Parts: sequence; C-alpha cells; structure tokens
Amino acid sequence: MDNKKKNNNIIEVENLVKDFKGLRAVDNISFSVKEDEIFGFLGPNGAGKTTTINMICTLLSKTSGRIIVNGYDVSTDRNKIRNCIGMVFQDPSLDDRLTALENLHFHGLLYNIPRNALKSRAEEVLEMVNLTDRKNNLVMTYSGGMRRRLEIARGLLHYPKVLFLDEPTLGLDPQTRNKIWDYIVRLKKSKKITIFLTSHYMEETEICDRIAIIDRGKIIALDSPDNLKNKIGGDVVTIQSEDSARFKGYVKDITGIEADDEEEGVIRFEVKDSSRFIPKLIKDSPVKILSITARKPTLNDVFLDLTGREIREENASSRDDARMRMRARRH
Amino acid sequence: MNKELVGVYTVWLRDVKRYFRDKPRVIGSFAQPILFLFVLGTGLASSFSVFGGGGGENFLNFMFPGIVGMTVLFTSFFSAMSIVWDREFGFLREILVAPISRTSIVVGKLLGGSTIAMFQGSIILLFAPLLNIPVTFVIFFKVLGIMFLISMTISTMGILLASVIKSMQAFQVITNFLLMPMFFLSGAIFPLNQTVKWMSIVAKINPLSYGIDAMRYVLLSDPGLQLYPLWLDILVLIVLVVLLSIMGAFLFNRQD
Repeated sequence: MDNKKKNNNIIEVENLVKDFKGLRAVDNISFSVKEDEIFGFLGPNGAGKTTTINMICTLLSKTSGRIIVNGYDVSTDRNKIRNCIGMVFQDPSLDDRLTALENLHFHGLLYNIPRNALKSRAEEVLEMVNLTDRKNNLVMTYSGGMRRRLEIARGLLHYPKVLFLDEPTLGLDPQTRNKIWDYIVRLKKSKKITIFLTSHYMEETEICDRIAIIDRGKIIALDSPDNLKNKIGGDVVTIQSEDSARFKGYVKDITGIEADDEEEGVIRFEVKDSSRFIPKLIKDSPVKILSITARKPTLNDVFLDLTGREIREENASSRDDARMRMRARRH
Repeated sequence: MNKELVGVYTVWLRDVKRYFRDKPRVIGSFAQPILFLFVLGTGLASSFSVFGGGGGENFLNFMFPGIVGMTVLFTSFFSAMSIVWDREFGFLREILVAPISRTSIVVGKLLGGSTIAMFQGSIILLFAPLLNIPVTFVIFFKVLGIMFLISMTISTMGILLASVIKSMQAFQVITNFLLMPMFFLSGAIFPLNQTVKWMSIVAKINPLSYGIDAMRYVLLSDPGLQLYPLWLDILVLIVLVVLLSIMGAFLFNRQD
C-alpha cells in the first residue's frame, strides 16, 4: 500500500491501446473512474468494452498505455489488483457441477479468505441475492437469472473495492433483467463500493453516475447521463408527413435546424420546449402532417447523434440470439 | 507462499471433488480397462494357439501392467485437458482472475489429475490376484510411485496441449492422432522388443513406453520382458516431467 493514489480515482487509464493481429480493438483511450461511483461503458457489441475490461482486470495484456487500479500498476502488480477487484463476466463462469455454497467456498479459498470469516460472508452475500434457500443445490439446476445473481454474490465475497459487471443482463428475459438491476442498485446503497459496468442496453446504463460512450475502440463521450442527454439540445421530435423533403425545408426555415431522415416519410430533429413549438409548427405547415411524437431524449438518441447509427443494430441482436442458443446447448 | 499453496490445494480439491461426484465417470472408467484385459486380452491369448506358438496364459500377465498404465494414461490426459473444457464453459476465467499465480494453477491441475489417475490405477490392481500376480505392500507403493510418474508426464503433456489448443474439435483430433498411437506403441498390449524396426524406433521416443516398462518391471520382475533398465525408465520420466512442466507453466503464463 506504499504507492498510494493521490486523488480519489480508483481506476486510471491512459492512452490504452490493444491490437489483435492488425485490428485495433481499443484505440488510445483515456479515462478515470472515481471511488464509489457507478461507472458505465456503453456501446454496441464489438466496440471494445469487454477488451478494455479484460485489460483492466489483468486477463488480457495491453499493447500500450497505462492502467492503474487502486494505486497498483497492471503491468507490475497483477496479483494485488486481482485481490481488490470482483468480476462478473459476460459469459457464465460458475462450476455447475458444484453447489452454490461450494462455488463460494472455492472462491473464498482462492482469495485466501480466513475459514471462519468465509462462512458468515457466504451467508451474507447469498442473503443479499436471495439464494440462501438454494445454497446446497447444484448450480446445474439454477435458472439463468439465479446464476447471474450467484455470480454477483461471488464477485462480492472477498469485499472488492471495484466490482466489474460485464453485460450482466445479457441473455436474460426483461423481468429478470430488471431484478438484476434492482440488486445492483440496492448493493450500491448498502455498500461502499465502486461499480464498473458495461451494457449495450441504453436504458440500463441510466443508473450510472457517469457513462463513457464507446464506439469502434474510441471513447466518443463521457459524462453523466443527464448531461449527455442535455447536449442533444431539447426534446426529440419525429414527424411523419406526406412530403418529408418539403417538410424538412419548412422546419429549416422556421428553426434553422437541419432535420434527419428517420425512415420513409419520417423526419426527426431536436428542439427545446417542444410542447410550445409543435402547435406553431402545425399551424403554418405547408404539408399535411400524418403523425407527431415528441419525447425526452434517451441515451440511444445521444449515441445516434454522435455516430449517426442506432446502437442496437440487427447484427447485435442476432449475435445475442446465437449466444443464448449456445448457452442453452451447454446446459 | 502459503497463499499459493492454498491455491494449489483449491484447484486440486475441485478436480477431485468433481471426479467423485461424477458417478458414471467413476464406473465407466473401470469398464474400459476390464474390457481390454479380459475380453481383448483373453481373445488375443487364445489366438496364439490358432496361429501357432503358446504362452497364452503368460500373455494376460504380460498385458496387466499395460492395462494399469493405460488407465493412468487416459485418466491423467483427460484430467489435464479439462482445462479446455473449463475454458469452453467459462470457469477458467474465475481461476485466472484470482490472486494466485498461473504456476499454482498448473501444479494444482497436475496433482488433481495424478490423484484421480492413481486412484483408478489402484482399483485395477485389485484384479491382480485373479492373474496370480502378487501385490504386496511394498510392490503397491512402488506401483503407486510409477503411476505418479506416468501420470505427471501425461498430465504435463496435456496441460501443454491445453494451453495451445483452444477448441473442443482440436481436442478430438489430438485424442485420435496422439493418444491412441501413444497407447498402441507403448508396449502395453504387445511386446516391443521383437517387433519391426520402425515400431521399436517410435516406441523409443514414446514417453509412455518407459512408464509401461517400469510398471512391468515392478509388477512382474521378469527381465525377459524388459526393454530398458529400471533406472533409465525412471530417469527419462523425471526429466520429461521437469522439462514439460517448465514449458507448460511458461505457455500457461502467457496472457491472452
């Protein structure tokens, strides 16, 4: 504990690069995570989220750059870092031939938790994720949501300073996903811990204190969810009209905003105070308007605004399906 | 240091626990050697009288140490290759991200595989009285030692392969193109000192043939069946274990 950190950053990443055989997966990124915050990585599949996490948690070597976790350098103090981080991996990592308690016991031994403390801690984390009554069942018999909860419990067993959650809700049904996030929010309230999570589900990262939006290996924005959304410049308005090209010109005339084409006959733009603006727009419209929606911006709009693409594209969801199928086959 | 020992113990404990919990595997692993010894062995022995020559009785005795070796070979190889399995199922990451060195993981895996292999080999020894092969306490411990050496050699080979091979498919290929030839050319089911030249050359570079040779020496103590002196067998195995485990730990230590 000699080279103690000077500020309250628990993770510092500087100019991090990772190349895979000619492909730059992580392209010179720098950021820091403050102690006790929930920090989120948001981006489409293949953006470099997991690669970055794997480098921070010592599983993957970096091509260049610097990573400091809890005051330790990842190049020299791997074991010290491993001791103070908890991991919930994107893919399952439990031994399903062992019971929940045995999985925790195994983890406790690996992290050198004293035997007498281990028992009470295992009870404590199992209680936290509501698995106490199933603790002596083989993990084989668990549902996907229960496995995830057990993995979260296991990640907390050695009282880590940072808990990494890599796509913690991937492959789970919506109801279970909500439950998992409830656990995470409750956990944050009850424990002094830093949480570093990744997701490609926009709405899920809303619970973060700060979000880094990552795309094609680069961080393209980093701020609180509210600030990111405020940068959009008001509400998101989508209008379907009979002649969208003409309507676009009309919007430009009265607002000065260049609207985007969303799909056939539909345009979208951002405007402040949409509730007052829309009546005015309708009144003078030269084209017949078929429908109007106005809503508060979401993180998806932020991503769209920054990259011109939707975060959840077709290939992303089909990849999830493939992953789900693979899991189903395994168990 | 203490922490690393606990790490070794933990990895070992998991493998042993999983083994004894998997009842079909425990039972199944006895079926194969018994099949080899009493069906294949008896069949081959009686074929001698058809094609001339005798010694059918002695043939089963000859084969017995080979079958013990075979049990150790398959058990320890599959135990070591369970790393590939763990990687496929994701559990390997849980071990890799833990604050213990990769070397401890490798040592734990090696000892886990050896423990299971020695246990299975010892069960096969229970059949020795049926063949009138005496197994005294002293012989038992000698056999245990040889089993440990064979198992460590094969396990280190398995770990070495597991750190290079990433897919289950490749694993199947290895089983067919490495494990089976190693077994056939080890002297386990037929003697290698009277065979064609190329075979005896291949047998010389096959680590298992030294293990089987030592096993046969300890169990039958018939100099006529020996390929090499016992000290050479043991020396070769020890050197191999040391070399392979250094290489295995090195390869396993590489990140990514």
